[in-house]
Amino acid sequence: MFETSSIPSGTLKKSGARSISGDMVFRLLTRIASAILVLIVAGILVELLRASWMSLEKFGPGFLVSRDWNPVTQEFGALSSIYGTVISTLIAMILAVPVSLMLALFLVELAHPVVSKIVGGAIELLAAIPSIIYGMWGLFVFAPYMADHLQPALQGAAGGLPLFQGPPMGIGILTAGIILALMVLPFITAVMRDVFQMAPAVSKEAAFGLGSTTVEVARSVTVPYGMQGLIGACFLGLGRAIGETMAVTFVIGNNRSLSWSLFDAGNSIASTLANEFSEASEPMYLSALMELGLVLFGITMVIQIIAQFWLKRMARQTGRR
Amino acid sequence: MSQDNLRIKTFVDHGPEHGDEPSHKTEGTVKMSTRNLSFYYGKNQVLFDNNLDVAANRVTAIIGPSGCGKSTHIRVYNRIFELYREQKVTGEVLLDGENVLGDDVDVLRLRKRIGMIFQKPSPFPMSIFDNVAYGVRLQYRLSGSEMTERVMRALKRAALWDEVKDKLKSPGTALSGGQQQRLCIARSIALEPEVLLMDEPCSAIDPVGTAKIEELIESLKKRFTIVLVTHNMQQAARVSDYTAFFYQGHIVEFGRTNQIFTNPAKKQTEDYITGRFG
Repeated sequence: MFETSSIPSGTLKKSGARSISGDMVFRLLTRIASAILVLIVAGILVELLRASWMSLEKFGPGFLVSRDWNPVTQEFGALSSIYGTVISTLIAMILAVPVSLMLALFLVELAHPVVSKIVGGAIELLAAIPSIIYGMWGLFVFAPYMADHLQPALQGAAGGLPLFQGPPMGIGILTAGIILALMVLPFITAVMRDVFQMAPAVSKEAAFGLGSTTVEVARSVTVPYGMQGLIGACFLGLGRAIGETMAVTFVIGNNRSLSWSLFDAGNSIASTLANEFSEASEPMYLSALMELGLVLFGITMVIQIIAQFWLKRMARQTGRR
Repeated sequence: MSQDNLRIKTFVDHGPEHGDEPSHKTEGTVKMSTRNLSFYYGKNQVLFDNNLDVAANRVTAIIGPSGCGKSTHIRVYNRIFELYREQKVTGEVLLDGENVLGDDVDVLRLRKRIGMIFQKPSPFPMSIFDNVAYGVRLQYRLSGSEMTERVMRALKRAALWDEVKDKLKSPGTALSGGQQQRLCIARSIALEPEVLLMDEPCSAIDPVGTAKIEELIESLKKRFTIVLVTHNMQQAARVSDYTAFFYQGHIVEFGRTNQIFTNPAKKQTEDYITGRFG
């Protein structure tokens, strides 16, 4: 009582419980949350390493380049799975990114607001469809269509290419890639649209004011402004496509062959895991599947690192091209 | 600021008396003119029968309180308002006697002849050089040396050359606000337009940058016809030859700048320039 009275009423000294404890609790909570996140990632990595140790020891780096996958002789290699994963994802990105780009530019720059709203809603709806539905649709509707129309047409147009050899079965790596493209399209489009909407109106007006056409404004203002988000959107789609399990398992064919033809049935890391985990009775088999998971984890991480690196370089270079 | 106020006050007190009735007419060659120009945002009319002549190689200032339609008025000149669906216009805008609002007018050519500078500096996300070269590249195929020559000339005319000549490859966005705005001016004049529309070009610029741009406007009018929208009356008084006072979408008064500022014919104009409202 006596002491406080000696301090003037307008003191700046720390006193109230409000400012200190409130902030401290908040800070603690945010730290705990971020620590948990790091721990989970580290935990997954450690567990994957531990579970796949047997396979890692036996096959070494050869696991990545071996085509064997024989549960009877206990010989395992990841090459055909890696190949299927990479190629189907590549097909998905090659198909989805340009279409998404066009679609997003249309929605932002050209479409009547009402049309934009309707199409935008449809895209969001497409993103909300569960992947199993895509898988079933792919197997029962799209694969027969592929076999009857698309594959013969491709063979007719470019039958000489090694890419389009073999019988048109409907299912296969190409079908998986197309289904994946359909699945990631709404994601990429939605992110790109949001990114393009943030391009400053005054810059667009300035470009139009210099006599640019809509295409020129998109190319030199809207897209460059959104370049970082654009790349981010692509990697978001890529991350989704690379780990997609259900839809791919339905249509990829689940075969261990390794051929140039996109018509061939193949397998991806995710589809192999989904198919074979339940039948993996031997410890070595299980361990090899675990290592396959580790490979997927590694691929995703490498992609993330490349993305981060690229984005940083982009940010530094903006304006130098 | 206060000094400028004083200067205008002095003008008001001792300025010469003009008895002539305010009109939209100017002396000398008319570069652009508007005839019964009305403008609508949806159903909301914001410009009412504007009639205004813009004299060639002069600076015409458009002043008035916020929301009076002064920016909207010049956004009709290069048809930039057409980017927004809900904006409609009636009447005519003549450039050398030709109606720019005609259906058969090529807006890309129109915008090559009428450049525009915006409120906020808007450099494109590319290098200083490419910013200036941007518009030129759209219109002409030039060799490397011709392009360099042209970019250099535009930067010199925009009084920016000395500040950027050693860093033409660095991003335009890295410049200061005032420099960015002069870069935008260089980008516009690199196209050799006939008319330059300036929509409050200094509103986001510090006083030193503003002084430089005002100086620049003075030198640019030898070559270009300039329409300057400004909320800064002192700026209008300093740099313009003619001034139009807008209020609620109407052109209240138009005339030679010193007459508008020293001996306005309308009470509203006088109230505005003496700071009684707006």
